[in-house]
Amino acid sequence: MAALDELTTEAPAEPPSRGLGPGRALIGVGRRLWRWLTSMRTALILLFLLALAAIPGSLLPQRNLNIDKVNQYLAQHPTLGPLLDHLWAYNVFASPWFSAIYLLLFVSLVGCLIPRLRAHIAAVMRVPPEAPSRLDRLPAHAESLDLPGDPAEIAGRLNDLLRKRRFRVKVREQAGGGLTVSAEKGHLKETGNILFHFSLLAILIAVALGSWYGYHADRLVVQGADQGFCNTLQQYDEYGLGARVSPGSLEPFCLDLTSFEAKYLSNGEPSVYKAFVDYTLGDGPAKSTTIQVNHPLRLSHARIYLLGTGYAPVVKYTDKYGHSQTEVAPFLSSDAMQTSSGVIEFPDANVDPAKGVDPNHKQQVAFSGIYLPTVPSDPSVGQSAFPAERNPALMLTEYQGDLGLDAGIPSSVYSLDQHQIDTGRLNKVGDPIQLKPGQTKTLSDGTTIQFLGTRPWATMQVRYDPGETLVLVGAVCLLLGLIVMLLGRRLRVWFRIPPQGPVTAGALARSVYPGFTAEFESIVQDTRADQSRPTSRGTQ
Amino acid sequence: MAALSDHLLLLAILAYALAMLTYAAEYAFGNRSVVARVAVREHRRELVGAGAPVVDTLDEPGPVDLLDEPQPTEPQPTGPGADPRIAVWAGRAAATLTLVGWLAHLGCVVTRGFAAHRVPWGNMYEFVLAVTLVGATAWFVLLLRRPSIRPLGLFVTLALVILLGIDGVKLYTPVAPLVPALNSYWLKIHVTAAVTASGILMVGFVAAALTLIRTGHEAGKTRFPYSLGARLPAADGLERLAFRLHAFAFPIWTFAIICGAIWAEAAWGRYWGWDPKETWAFIAWVIYAGYLHARATPSVKRTIATWIAVVGWGAMMVNLFVVNLVVSGLHSYAGVN
Repeated sequence: MAALDELTTEAPAEPPSRGLGPGRALIGVGRRLWRWLTSMRTALILLFLLALAAIPGSLLPQRNLNIDKVNQYLAQHPTLGPLLDHLWAYNVFASPWFSAIYLLLFVSLVGCLIPRLRAHIAAVMRVPPEAPSRLDRLPAHAESLDLPGDPAEIAGRLNDLLRKRRFRVKVREQAGGGLTVSAEKGHLKETGNILFHFSLLAILIAVALGSWYGYHADRLVVQGADQGFCNTLQQYDEYGLGARVSPGSLEPFCLDLTSFEAKYLSNGEPSVYKAFVDYTLGDGPAKSTTIQVNHPLRLSHARIYLLGTGYAPVVKYTDKYGHSQTEVAPFLSSDAMQTSSGVIEFPDANVDPAKGVDPNHKQQVAFSGIYLPTVPSDPSVGQSAFPAERNPALMLTEYQGDLGLDAGIPSSVYSLDQHQIDTGRLNKVGDPIQLKPGQTKTLSDGTTIQFLGTRPWATMQVRYDPGETLVLVGAVCLLLGLIVMLLGRRLRVWFRIPPQGPVTAGALARSVYPGFTAEFESIVQDTRADQSRPTSRGTQ
Repeated sequence: MAALSDHLLLLAILAYALAMLTYAAEYAFGNRSVVARVAVREHRRELVGAGAPVVDTLDEPGPVDLLDEPQPTEPQPTGPGADPRIAVWAGRAAATLTLVGWLAHLGCVVTRGFAAHRVPWGNMYEFVLAVTLVGATAWFVLLLRRPSIRPLGLFVTLALVILLGIDGVKLYTPVAPLVPALNSYWLKIHVTAAVTASGILMVGFVAAALTLIRTGHEAGKTRFPYSLGARLPAADGLERLAFRLHAFAFPIWTFAIICGAIWAEAAWGRYWGWDPKETWAFIAWVIYAGYLHARATPSVKRTIATWIAVVGWGAMMVNLFVVNLVVSGLHSYAGVN
């Protein structure tokens, strides 16, 4: 991929192939392919393909962003959905075709950058070229500059003047006795150009590093020292490990939520979410800190983000044998007003102390519940009116039977096993009850349930991305290169000083930019102004 | 304050619309002197004499940019149906009305900020207000530096009236504090950069679209959009203006994306996650990068390059309207119901 302000250097014509050996033919094809790939045209086409290929990623639901939406889309489009799935349409940015485009683009970039880098280094090393024979044919030129002194003095003064303006200068003697002064500046422009494109490469490499050696994991943490978690995969609800990450190498830390502060505007929109946490690193002492939106906890490797919050009702159940158990069950909110639902399970309930568990006639207890932090003025609405706990109530429906926890099949902790209900192994008991915090109610079978209150919970995301710093450095270099490239001006100026008579000058810019003539005129003006001052060599 | 801001928006739209009408009057009655004034004088450099080793790397001399260097105004033949006096009067009135609109627009944004006690670009309504303000400001700066581009005013005010009209009617949101996710100093940096880049790209788009119209006109096309080209400055000058605006805005857009990535790292735990807004910012960036490359490649026709710039603005508009209103993502701060 050629860069701004210049065309790709045309490769020299291929030598006519003598004797068509298969190897030579193959090399020829390879060369042509390489030339095609590194041409500007191809690079432009690839750039557009890249833009085009990104579009479905923004319009179709993506697995990495929202897997529920993907499943919903698949359910709604039974024919088209699976077809698109085969085309990686729900994972566009990790799809082979998207990768193919950007990898080809980067190969093209490398193929173009390396020759350009070589050419640029050569250009920087080279002395400014000799003046063209006819300066008056250049886009900007000045004639009859009447400068005093002999040619050597004039050349000396011009040399100083141009160097002050950051030109690289070369004075040459002419066959006829005169002198020429060649000056050049603006190599920074191409330097910026090359820096910009190398930064792109650096960013790509850093992104790859991050995806190989990074990881992320989510965990819902209920308030309380008994509810904390440690940075091991078993303790996460969901996680993704890079290809080169071993589960044992995660940074050792443990964290628990000590309290949570949430403030809301009058319309229910959150204004402050603040999680107060205690954490330990390895065997170190416990430290306290806060985690907020926009302010993650940054450990030496991992960073911990606050993603969301909700309520976990605390319920005490006393079974028919008088045995009490207390459960804390995080409920998930389904709307912005924290209307929350979940289940509270008591698998050890109703076990006859004399007989033990009867596997064929389990009397496990579970409650499916809805929690409203603020019961609306019209209770039939069934949705919370405000996200803070202004008028909380917990609605519970009791189930008894076999919860299906022993089957060894992982199940959601936020809903009951529908299969157990459908097959009649888990049955609804009595009517739904409503509880205020602190309230106790006796159920139809004589057991009691008490709603002790709620604890807040927070979802935390743990992330580690080792490529991040390099991406940032790459991005800063990219921007620097871009600015230098766009601001830089390549300019060449020549002065021809004959043995006798007036000096002529001319200038040429790589691309004629605004202010080009003005810059040249200001240089010429300076040479004129300069003659009024005595120069170091003027008195000799 | 909030009510004042709303009234000022109305005033701004009204003034811009009137300015548009007077620009149209200037357009209709004006002679073609403007066109002639900026007619391109090709300064084709001839090859430097043989034996000089310098020609190899000095490609693309290009015409000298007349838009930058004031040319002596020569009396020009008057076009049919033209009345220069009306045109001059209308032109001045249009510029004044645009200034009135701009002042009201500025007042609208500033009072909005005071009413909300924060930077006034926290939702989509305010974002569009700010982008158009930057666009109008960029237009004034250009107009002061190069009065010869005044005929473009008709199209700039048209773009302003359309965007502000949609903004006021469809996107209006009452003043409200920021959601916590937006409560960061990065809002000031990231969104300000995005607003600035978008505003300048808007004027760049107008210049690019008019370049295409004018190029078609110069090629002898007379159908509707090309007929507008009759009183526009020469295509070459317009094309360079479009390029310069894009070249100026592109690093700012890049900066906006980088700041967004830094903020996303702090807010969402990753610097890049292909959220729809991010994806479309990337798409627009790639298209504009393609434009700058195409513009710098002599084998690519200038009209093709200019088309790419127009497509780039299309991506910006998709990012603003479609992503905010149709697609849901993390950047859902439009606040429009």
